[in-house]
Amino acid sequence: MQAAAARVDREADRLTELDSPIGDADHGSNLKRGFTSVAKALETDPPVTPGAVLTTAGRQLISTVGGASGPLYGTLLRRTGKALGDAPGVTAEELQAALRGGVEAVAQLGASAVGDKTMLDALDPAVEALGTSFAAAAEAAEKGAVDTTPLQARKGRASYLGERSIGHQDPGATSAALLFAALAEVTA
Amino acid sequence: MSTAAAPAGNGAAGGTGALVGIVLVSHSGAAAEAVAELAVGLAGGDAKAPVAAAGGTPDGGLGTSAELITEAARTVDRGAGVAVLVDLGSAVLTVKALLAEGDELPEGTRLVDAPFLEGAVAAVVTASAGADLDAVAAAAGEAYSYRKE
Repeated sequence: MQAAAARVDREADRLTELDSPIGDADHGSNLKRGFTSVAKALETDPPVTPGAVLTTAGRQLISTVGGASGPLYGTLLRRTGKALGDAPGVTAEELQAALRGGVEAVAQLGASAVGDKTMLDALDPAVEALGTSFAAAAEAAEKGAVDTTPLQARKGRASYLGERSIGHQDPGATSAALLFAALAEVTA
Repeated sequence: MSTAAAPAGNGAAGGTGALVGIVLVSHSGAAAEAVAELAVGLAGGDAKAPVAAAGGTPDGGLGTSAELITEAARTVDRGAGVAVLVDLGSAVLTVKALLAEGDELPEGTRLVDAPFLEGAVAAVVTASAGADLDAVAAAAGEAYSYRKE
């Protein structure tokens, strides 16, 4: 989570830049605010299990982000954390299964599917590739994010642009790729 | 958040049972306040239901604030349920995520599927007449069927 917060902090301007042509130009600053608050909450009162870390982080994101990415990432982390329960340690398989449930919850909350040009286009392939390795998951997420460029947005603010959303990489899929890159970094 | 001009408390004090509360969640503080004022104004002298606006972020920017929403819901809760009307995107998702948390919003809080402004007017009028949460939600939702051409 600290690695994710650091990465979001570093890349916030780029996320906001991506969010300028097709969104409301706040994705980077919103996530930065959210993850800064996550890092602070985890420092102040460090949870003892991986599940508790994720549920605490998810709650902070829902409370502080202010844009759609807050409830979406918040739901992803909380649902994943709840599935992990209070186990003191987690295997890669357990994390994959829990994350899969988290991604399903995100799809349900946003009434969205893969191909809609959203964070799901990075999250879904990443979770599948997690069966291979954390590095493969990060790579799949990055590819998923890049592959949103030719798609037409069907959800969120970008969907109002219709065909004009084509040709821009989705900011949400890009931030999802950052989070998997952070996960690969700390597990390498 | 601030509470709109509805004479909150009048209804419950009338001995006719608690009134459903209304929370209006918009990306803009000014929009939420204005819709609350409009809904209460159009309900005229019968606007007894407690109404609260939860618009924008706590620092006055555009967006959705979980904090302002929970505060508004607690303010209007009289024990008869709270109808939450939302505008777009993150307003919808934040309320849904808060409801999924289970313990963030007062018991009987419901996200109402309704057009924001028209639904707010219908909800305030219906709630002020002492209707229950089902009836308030239904009245607000019916505003979708009013076509303009």
